[in-house]
Formats: sequence, C-alpha cells, structure tokens
Amino acid sequence: MQMPEPSVDVLSRKARIVDRLRVGLPAGAVIDDPIELKAYECDGLSAYRCPPMCAVLPSSTEEVSAVMRICHEEGVPVVPRGSGTSLSGGALPTADSVLLGVARLSRVLDVDYANRFIRVEAGRTNLSVTGAVEQDGFFYAPDPSSQLACAIAGNIAMNSGGAHCLKYGVTTNNLLGVTMVMADGEIVEIGGAHLDAGGLDLLGLVCGSEGQLGVVTEATLRILAKPEGARPVLVGFDSAEVAGQCVSDIIKAGIVPVAIEFMDRLTIRAAEAHVAAGYPDCEALLIIEVEGSEAEIDDQLVRIIAIARQHDPVEIRESGSAAESEKIWKGRKTAFGAMGQINDYMCLDGTIPVSQLPYVLRRIGEMGEDYGLQVGNVFHAGDGNMHPLILYDANKPGDLEKTEALGADILKLCVEVGGCLTGEHGVGVEKREIMTAQYGADDLEIQMQVKDVFDPQWLLNPAKVFPLEASAGRRM
Amino acid sequence: MKVRSEQELAEVLAGANAPVRIQGGGTRDIGGPVSGEVLEVGICGVELYEPEALTLVARAGTPLAEIEAVLAGEGQRLAFEPMDHRVLLGTKGEPTIGGVIAANVSGPRRILAGAARDFALGARFVDGSGRVIKNGGRVMKNVTGYDLVKLMAGSWGTLGVLTEVSLKVLAMPETEATLVARGKDAAEGIAALSAALGSPWDITGAAHLDPGVAGPESETRVRIEGLAASVDYRIGALQREICVGWEVFRDDDSVALWRQVRDVAPFADEPVVWRLSVKPSAAPEISEALGVVGLGHAALYDWGGGLIWIAPGPGHDDAGAQAIRAQIAAHGGHATLVKAPADLRARIDVFQPQTGAVAALSRGLKQQFDPRGILNPGLMG
Repeated sequence: MQMPEPSVDVLSRKARIVDRLRVGLPAGAVIDDPIELKAYECDGLSAYRCPPMCAVLPSSTEEVSAVMRICHEEGVPVVPRGSGTSLSGGALPTADSVLLGVARLSRVLDVDYANRFIRVEAGRTNLSVTGAVEQDGFFYAPDPSSQLACAIAGNIAMNSGGAHCLKYGVTTNNLLGVTMVMADGEIVEIGGAHLDAGGLDLLGLVCGSEGQLGVVTEATLRILAKPEGARPVLVGFDSAEVAGQCVSDIIKAGIVPVAIEFMDRLTIRAAEAHVAAGYPDCEALLIIEVEGSEAEIDDQLVRIIAIARQHDPVEIRESGSAAESEKIWKGRKTAFGAMGQINDYMCLDGTIPVSQLPYVLRRIGEMGEDYGLQVGNVFHAGDGNMHPLILYDANKPGDLEKTEALGADILKLCVEVGGCLTGEHGVGVEKREIMTAQYGADDLEIQMQVKDVFDPQWLLNPAKVFPLEASAGRRM
Repeated sequence: MKVRSEQELAEVLAGANAPVRIQGGGTRDIGGPVSGEVLEVGICGVELYEPEALTLVARAGTPLAEIEAVLAGEGQRLAFEPMDHRVLLGTKGEPTIGGVIAANVSGPRRILAGAARDFALGARFVDGSGRVIKNGGRVMKNVTGYDLVKLMAGSWGTLGVLTEVSLKVLAMPETEATLVARGKDAAEGIAALSAALGSPWDITGAAHLDPGVAGPESETRVRIEGLAASVDYRIGALQREICVGWEVFRDDDSVALWRQVRDVAPFADEPVVWRLSVKPSAAPEISEALGVVGLGHAALYDWGGGLIWIAPGPGHDDAGAQAIRAQIAAHGGHATLVKAPADLRARIDVFQPQTGAVAALSRGLKQQFDPRGILNPGLMG
C-alpha cells in the first residue's frame, strides 16, 4: 500500500502551523510531541502506520471551524478521526497532515421522545447513544461490532451497519441531520428533526463519504422504542450450501428476523476453543434472532424452525432463557477474537446477493486452497455482507502480500457475482486501488467531482477512497 | 421525443443544445415550469428479480404497476408505499419506477420503513454531458464510494436521467388493521400518534385528518401490519395502553383508509396544495399559526404529524407561501407547493428556497452534473 509523498512545503511550515493552531485552540488541544503522536499513527487497520504532523482535539463546532480555517489558509491536509476503529485505514494520517480527532465532542445535546430523535456531538460513541435513552425504553439501531468504542462521526463517515440492519437499516437510514464544518471552516446545517430533504439530498451524500466532504460535529439520530423481547435460535447444518438455502427460504417466506448470522466450520471450532459456547461441530451454523412479545417470538420461531427442518439440520437449539440466548450469541460475538488466537488474519467486507452465497462460499474455499491460506467465514447472512477472515502469519515473509492478493481476488469475485467491495467497513486506503473493479472511469470521475464541490483544494482526507493515480491531478 | 435505450439517451443528451424536460409517465407535473422539449424515458423492463434476496432491478421507464404485479406474484411489495400523484394532481398516464425514485416518492409507511431513497440500492443514469454513470449496486449493504443513489433520489431529473434502479423489496404482511379515533383536535391527535410511535408495537401508519377532510369529525388513525397473531396482540396492547376505545378496521377497510391518506385523496379538488415536512410535535402549532394569520385551511397530517398536507383555499395572492415559509423558518423543515396552476408555480418557489452554504453546494453539484444546464432547468428553483 502506497501513500503520497508528504509535501515538503507544508512540513517546512510546521512550526508556524502548530503555533497558529495553538493560538486558535484552548491549551492542551494541540499535540505535536512525537511520543504522544504515536497514539494517532494508525487506526484499526494497524498494518499501516504514519504519525501525523500534529493532532488537534477540539471541543466544539466553533473550534473545529477554527482548525479548518487555519488548515485551509495554510493548505494543510486534514485527516478526521472518530475513535480510530476504522478497519479500512479511513483515519490513517500522512506525515504532512493535521489529524483532527473529535473524541472531545461527546455531549448529548437533546433527547426528544415525542419526536423520536436524539441530538449528540459526533465524537460520542455508538453504544453511549443508546446508553442515553435506554432507561426510557429507546435505542439507536445501527450496531457495528465496535460499538463500544466507535464514534458516531466515524459511523456517519463510513455509513456503518451492524448485525441488526436486516430489519433496521444502516446509518444512512437512521440519520436525520448533521452540523458539518466545511473544508474552509464554514459551518453548515443539513437536515434536522424532520424527514427527508427539501432540495437535493446532501445528507445522503455526506453519509458514507469517508470524511472527505466535511467534518461532522453534531448529528440528529432517529431512536426507536425497544422491542419487548428478542430470542435467537441456533441451527447447525452439514453443508454450507444447505445453510445458505435455508436463509433464502426464511426470507422468501416473508419472515424478517432482526439478524441471521452465519459461521463455518473453521470459525465454529475457533469459537469453541475460545469460549466453549457449546456449538455443534458441523459445516455451518446459523443464528437467527427474532423480536417482539413472547407470543410473537414463539410464532416466528415456529415458522423458522419448520423451514429449517426441511433442510436436514444436524441440530436446532431454541433459546429457553436469557442465559441460553447469551450463550448462543457468545461464540458469534467473540468469533473474530477467537480467530485471532489461531493466527493473524485479514478481515474482508464484501457484500454479495444472498442468492450467490453457496457459490461464493465454495469459490472462496477453492481460492484459499490455491493460495495455500485458510479462510474462515462468519458474517451477516441475511443481507449478504460477508466477512471472510484470511489467516496468515505476519512474521512469515511474503505471507501478508499473498493474503492481500487473495483478499483482492475474493473482493473481485464479490463484484463479479453482483455484489460490492465493501458493505460496512469503507474503502479507506485498503480498497482504494481496487475501486476500478467495481467502477469505471466516469463513475469515479463524477464522485471526485462531488468532492471538488465540497472541498475544491482536496485537503480533507485526500489520499483515500479513490485510486491514487486517478486522484493525483486533484491532490496538491 | 422518446428514447428507448440508455445508449440512445446518452447520445441525445451529449448532442443536445437546448434544455429538455425529463418525463417518465408524466403523472407528476410538479415544480417550476420547465421550458424545453419533453424527453420521455421509454427504457422499460424488469431486468432481475430475486425474491429470496429481496431485490429487484428495473429499467427506469418500467411502469410502477408492472413492478407491483411482479412483486405481488411472490408476495412482496415496495415497502415505502409510493403515493400515486394522479389522484391529487388529476394527471393521466402510468407512473414509472424512475419517476418514483427521481422524486423520492414515499407514503404513510415511510414513518417506519423508510423513504424511497432508503430502498434505492443502486442506479444507472445519464448526466447532463451524456456520460453513462453507475452507482451503488443490488445489495443491501454497500459503502463502496460516495452514495450518489441518495443524491439522485429526489433530484427530480435535474442532475441526471435515471435509466435503471435497483430496489430493496419486502414481504407483504399477512394482514393489517387500523385503529381509529374521532373528534380529537390536532394537538390531541398528534400526541396520541407520538405515544403510539414511541411504543414497541411497530406502527406503520400514523395520521390525523382535520374535521371536514375525511368526514364531519376529525379522524386519528394508527396502522399495524404483520403476522395475524402479532397484529391481534398489538391491537390489544394499543387499545389497552394508548388507543383506548378506538375502533378497529381490518384488511380491505384498513387498506382503503391508507390509500386515501397516501394519495391525499381528500384534496383532489383543491387547486392549491402544500406539503410540509416538519418536526411532528410542531405540527399543531404551525397549523394554528397559519389560521391566526388568516390562512383558512384544512390539514391532513401523516407521519405522526411530521408531514402536513395543507389546502389553503382561495383568496391568497401567493397561495399562502409567505405565511407557510415563515412557519418553516421558525420551526425548521421544508415546504413544497405540490399542486398549483403553472403561472403560480412560475412566480413562487415550489421547493423550499435554500440559503448560504447549502444553496452553494446544491448549485455546485448542478454545475458538475449538468454543466450546460439542460436537465429540467428551473424545476427545483
């Protein structure tokens, strides 16, 4: 992975830029100590690291605006950062950049149950948004697995999903409005407590733009009443294809579970070794969760189990208590960590049409064998968002490169069967160069023209999303 | 002029030297009047339908009725419940799926399920320079690059001409029912709708109709859909907790109640109709304030109060624009003059006027997508 050469001109003005930021911000909000800057050298994609020129931690929209104005005047690239949990390098700095962390923007500004929204500062973590309303029976639906740590700002930048988006949608479906600071420091309000846009849907455009169009400092989010209850059923199969067929049949029957999670034999065994969840030793298992009152849950599970029985399951385990539900989920929720116990892994994020699940699972197995690498599959089956985990040894020369090549091949396969490169992690730096597998030159050009409108000088997170060669003429 | 393929459309737009007025089925004559030759998008056909993946891909000119029939064959539907504007506007023709997405047309179920834009997974379109662009795809989770599909939804053909859309579809519910109360004023009605929407019982419709809109008394309506046993359970819970004493309408009777709300049928004979999207709890206050400043009107509130349809009646030189937009300035949201004679629409901003950075961004996007200004110029202001 390549990053552009840092600007010698910008680096030569470092002292002045840092001074100007210190004048514009309260004490302690500007960091340029090399040791302290190590904390910001990477995000969740830790294979790539580079400390920024300096980091700033503003505490208000006005302070973010001040930072942006100074950086705009000085022509300095700005890399926004939520909590730094990006799995695609979305918050990876360059050596000539100012890293803008929004972690200190974490207040709840307004809770409105009558109108079912919450307004928060964007550095607030995903789970603590729900935390602010759950005592009154409400929750914020998008639930990326990093929800304990990840910030709403990053969720908006990446249009994050989660396990329950089959029913509740992803961030863009739950976002009502933002306050955003533009590249030149201007503060703009988009959307609000009302639904839909009165003109062009700028909110829909900003959500998922990976911090390239503006820095979101506040967000109005839709909150929902918590369902009365939820209960999972676990179903084991002796073939991944049959499990895939079962998923299709459930959806076709008109049942919308809140989650359908899939694990293959490799990840089942890893999870068993890790937390002893009591999973059956089989080729594939599904965890299907439904919501509602007790009677509604029973009714849905009866239907789901009837469908599952038609597929010769090796085991059906309906949860009979909160403890049993927790046990069923435990292996799934710790699956990534369990795989990490076996070896290093690269986590992919391609999405495919659900109808292609059996074929793609088979091909991934074959491709892994060709490369001599093991691939585990644990993912959101209901919406086709796959998370193949390629196991490799970071200390073995050439293994990472081989893994990257297999990863790219798998993502291209996802595109070939009608899917996409990334379902919820974002393009970042990781998938930047293979964007051409999904989009033609004009498709990318018009997206870059959108950035031209919001950020004419390409100072915001410039070396992300688009292939470096394609964006070269626009970046300074 | 009618184009029948994406390539033909691209050639026409690349070679165009005058503005064109983009038209699907011609049922939504909304917006500032556009002078220019009509360019009809006759690019039709369902290209792919995978019921088990909940996805359908269709060319933009495909009649909505055809898509709904195909979906019904598998027990599925478009969950965002697009309004049929023919009822309100008195237009003829067949609504197309491209028109539905280009205008981001949703109905009562938007309050729970989401808007048309939320169900648009991917699109192909031709921009004002004749470039053929694709964005998004046909899967439910896709964050690959910028989401131009959302931008196209609700851009009314001013940024590009849709040629194909991919949609998320959902299963039809086994049954539906509506709870109805009569005689509540707007504030009481909307407070009851808020309580219902804040319950865990998945309300898929929440409307209040002023006296005289659907009958001599006001009506407050709450809809639930799903498996039969679940609907029964939720009717019971609502009647116990929130909708005490409300009358229950089931199946076809319930369907008819929401068809009326979806299509704003009670205002079909009104010459001027506004559509306001606001914070739901502000709706009664807005409505009352409009009455105080002399804007005699009846209102139909959908989306729990968040969507107000207003027919201001005769006698207003500006169709009530000044009074209505003053309320929007005070409470937030936006107001669209959905129905009015063309001369009025030429004088008054049909869409909510924008200011400052938002206006500059919208202008900048228009400039990039349609540098020669040939796509529906003036339609959105």
